[in-house]
Amino acid sequence: MIGRLVVLALVLFMTLPTLVVVVASFNPTAILSFPPQGLSLRWYENALTYPQFRRAALNSLIVTAASAALALPIGTAAALALVRYPVRLRGLWNTALLSPLVVPGVAAGLGLLILAARLGLLANRVVLIVAHVVLVLPFVIRSVMVSVANLDPMLERAAASLGARPWRVFRRVTLPLLRPGLFAALLFAVIVSANEFVVSLFVSTRVTEILPVAMFTYVVNYTDPTMAALSTLFVAATFAAVFLADRLLHLSRVFQIEGHR
Amino acid sequence: MTGKAVVALEAVSKAYGATRALDGIDLAVHEGELLSLLGPSGCGKTSTLNIVAGFIEPDAGRVLLDGQDVTRQPAWRRGLGVVFQSYALFPHMSVADNVAFGLRERRMGRREAEARVAEALALVRLPAAGAMRPSHLSGGMQQRVALARALVIRPRVLLLDEPLAALDRKLREEMRAELREIQRAVGITTIFVTHDQHEALGLSDRVAVMNAGRIEQLGTPREVYQRPATGFVADFIGASSALEGRAVDAGTVELAGGQRIAVRLPRPLEPGTRVRLLIRPERVEPGDGGANALPARVASVMFLGDHAEVRLELPGGARVLAVVRGTVVVEPGDRLTVTLPPDAFLEAP
Ligand SMILES: Nc1ncnc2c1ncn2[C@@H]1O[C@H](COP(=O)(O)OP(=O)(O)OP(=O)(O)O)[C@@H](O)[C@H]1O
Ligand SMILES: [Mg+2]
Repeated sequence: MIGRLVVLALVLFMTLPTLVVVVASFNPTAILSFPPQGLSLRWYENALTYPQFRRAALNSLIVTAASAALALPIGTAAALALVRYPVRLRGLWNTALLSPLVVPGVAAGLGLLILAARLGLLANRVVLIVAHVVLVLPFVIRSVMVSVANLDPMLERAAASLGARPWRVFRRVTLPLLRPGLFAALLFAVIVSANEFVVSLFVSTRVTEILPVAMFTYVVNYTDPTMAALSTLFVAATFAAVFLADRLLHLSRVFQIEGHR
Repeated sequence: MTGKAVVALEAVSKAYGATRALDGIDLAVHEGELLSLLGPSGCGKTSTLNIVAGFIEPDAGRVLLDGQDVTRQPAWRRGLGVVFQSYALFPHMSVADNVAFGLRERRMGRREAEARVAEALALVRLPAAGAMRPSHLSGGMQQRVALARALVIRPRVLLLDEPLAALDRKLREEMRAELREIQRAVGITTIFVTHDQHEALGLSDRVAVMNAGRIEQLGTPREVYQRPATGFVADFIGASSALEGRAVDAGTVELAGGQRIAVRLPRPLEPGTRVRLLIRPERVEPGDGGANALPARVASVMFLGDHAEVRLELPGGARVLAVVRGTVVVEPGDRLTVTLPPDAFLEAP
């Protein structure tokens, strides 16, 4: 009973900020306030027609798609190598590949900024994409590693004994059996990249900036509920993605978080 | 002899760090025979099989297939059929697709492949399982699918690594007989890995008894059982009792209890030396059979249905295991006479 109350309180506490934003987004007045004075969709209209948001949304799409497309094959190769082969200093490699999780975004962003300036790539979207690949990789590697560890190496030997050369073994056996991990990796990559802010702030310009950065810039200059409307859309999109993925791919099974039996 | 070998290993060695997994293996497998690699856990059976299959490369030595050196050839080029202990069926494919895997790699036409798959599934008596997923099959059925998948490519050699170990006893005995029938029917040269001596003796044309990375003896089941070449083989295969004693002359041993027994060993004994004799339980004969009739006391009886294992104690304390038919009634404490035929003894080094 008490346990249930605690859980309820926790859920409330965790979702409260989001709920406040959602409610505020329907406020007809031009001030971000709570509780709202009425019901209106004008800020949604504003959010969807504001040119800088449209440009940033397109940038987000490009950067997220490109970084996921790069991070997936790289991360899969790394996961295979880390699990399968007697890598020397495995621990060190593991730490290095997962370090973006622990290095503060400000430090990473500043480092990239200096490098980009040095290479004359400041206004280039490539820097942004590279940054996202690096940030997304730990999630991709982790997800794929779970699938690799669950893959029986005997299956690949069996395939080889039946006449499949290494590439065919990969295509017909390894890749299909890694699919759950790859889907999880893709989902993570998209969510992390779409929400990335700190590092992106350092390495983007007004022309290349992605949606979270554009939202930040907006909120610094204006205080109307447009931001709340956009945030609500963002949250809804993320939820839809996770929900769909869970339904279609049984994500919970991928992470083995079902109850023990 | 060597010219006809389908598979030949020449001085093959393999080490994992400090572990010498294989230490100079020489082996020739002949056309159509079923050869078992038999030995305790860790003796190098799987390593030997993996080197033949091409899954691992030896540190030294050569692997020949039909006289061709294939030591550095990858597994996918060798055209051998392998059945794994865990079966290793592809979980994301149907049974039919599993069996067709090797045919697709050979770019066989759809029609022909389907016919060959049906034929292979019929051979292992699973004609209707094609559409099923491997995970929906019982262990014995998965075993058959694995066999069908290996045989359908018409491999030069069939390699089996403890294929029956994961089955329960009854099924294992059925599959053992069936495996032998299929192997005979197909006439395929086969290497069979097992640590189960009954499996090895019952299935094989020849048995290679392995120990610590070496082959201790290679011979027919009868040879390795009745004429073990080393103490290890004598100990490992079949139950046997050991009798300690001292050689009196070339063909006589005095046991610890003072009894003198005549022995007929392959080599004469050195008088005065200590000897350790082994005797199989089924060679111990109840009753007075002439030479070497000794009084004994029944120490314990284990009734096993069709037969009973009787532990006998000789004067002086030596224990001898004997086997009697299940219909014979003996009780612990009974006194009787047993005969140990002179030619029944093996010498343990
Ligand atoms: N990949 C490996 N790395 C390190 N040592 C290994 C490896 N494979 C085998 N060994 C060692 O080599 C020796 C022989 O192993 P192998 O698997 O060939 O034995 P086996 O006869 O098949 O045993 P089992 O009956 O247990 O399967 C063992 O001591 C084993 O520990
Ligand atoms: Mg083994």
